Amino acid sequence: MPQEAGLQYKQMLDNYLRSQGEEDLYLGQQFSRSFIEKKIAPEDVISIHKTSIEELIKDLPSEVSVSFDFLIEMMIHYGLALKEHQSLIRKQEAIQMEMDVAVKVQNTLLQTATPEVNGLDIGWISRPAKRMNGDYVYFLNETSNEVCLAVADIIGKGMSAAMHMSMVKFGMDSLRYEKRSPSHVLSFINNMIEKSISDSMFISMFYGKYDTDTATFRYSSAGHEPALFYRAAEKSFTQLESKGLLLGVQEGANYEERTVKLEKDDYIAIMTDGVSETRTEKGFIEMDVIEDLLHHVKSESAQVMVDYLFNELSRMQDYQLRDDFTLVILKKTK
Amino acid sequence: MNLQVEQVDKDLVHNFKIIGEIDIYTAPKLKEHLTNLEQAEGMEVELDLSEVNYMDSTGLGVFVGFYKEVKAHNGKMVIKGLNQRLYRLFEITGLSEIMQIKEIEGGEDHASV
Repeated sequence: MPQEAGLQYKQMLDNYLRSQGEEDLYLGQQFSRSFIEKKIAPEDVISIHKTSIEELIKDLPSEVSVSFDFLIEMMIHYGLALKEHQSLIRKQEAIQMEMDVAVKVQNTLLQTATPEVNGLDIGWISRPAKRMNGDYVYFLNETSNEVCLAVADIIGKGMSAAMHMSMVKFGMDSLRYEKRSPSHVLSFINNMIEKSISDSMFISMFYGKYDTDTATFRYSSAGHEPALFYRAAEKSFTQLESKGLLLGVQEGANYEERTVKLEKDDYIAIMTDGVSETRTEKGFIEMDVIEDLLHHVKSESAQVMVDYLFNELSRMQDYQLRDDFTLVILKKTK
Repeated sequence: MNLQVEQVDKDLVHNFKIIGEIDIYTAPKLKEHLTNLEQAEGMEVELDLSEVNYMDSTGLGVFVGFYKEVKAHNGKMVIKGLNQRLYRLFEITGLSEIMQIKEIEGGEDHASV
């Protein structure tokens, strides 16, 4: 009932103009609640005020009257801007909440344990640039003499990323006892993901399997950064490249599979582009910088090596990671 | 960081020239330009990236999404003018095997079937 509210308002304003007392002011304050209850917008309150004051003061200067029109117009837009601002905050809160859940999922369901493998030293690190990590590392022990690992980079954050990570994990888990080769595992996960991933999303993934009996490492890559392979005897690095399309782009994609044999003190460094595409103020860090850093700590344990590389590369970026950083080192110890 | 997208249509081929860096901040702008293009059966699109010196995975995602859309309409998408660093990105990700890429800066053409 704006009309009724208008009359009441006019009466209260009249009282206040006469008394200018605390009590009438207090009544006015209380009355603002009924505006809210009656869903009267702020600009309408000004409009009520304008009508009331025009009626109460007969010779009100026209400028004052017109000034209320100005104020009404302003309040309309102020109200819209405020609403938009509030809805943005609500959206932000919703995103924040989703992110909280995703991080929780990541920290509980998606955790992985570093396997104990005879003759193989495993070290790894995976640090998010922001709250949630888009990189994913998962280890799987098929048998006591075999270990599988996946290093994946998922674009996007939040629940969709956590969901895709769980698909990677589920894909690997479900083939656990089937002794599938890396290329099979990638094809399987690709076909699974391709059906459920949105058009501009994809996952890059490196999958490797180390056999302690033969000291061989079989690997395939789905559009992932090549791994680095260090041969101690030759003191040299080679890149472990293997052809294969990103996961989730095309159904039925084929993945090449390759094998390397490790000798004592050889190691393989598997990374995401947060390592290989490190960007500093001066530009990109080239692969030889990474090789030099690794070479510097080659006699240390795999964990010390990955920690060292992380510290050095984050220092070069002034401790502000631009991308998630993941590095896994597999080192043959005997 | 700025991104500019210029569109010139010539002989039924839609040409896009992309200038700037394509990353998480500018990728939505590129996506908007590309999705604004009405998809017609058998359409041809050429994307000139010779003035793009940096692209991250979000940028790559825009091209993957667009490629799927064009392919769904039996169309053709050509990417040209990639610098060596960007070409490496398409190569590592396996995208150079499925997308048609030509005129690599400082290298021969790597057109695929």
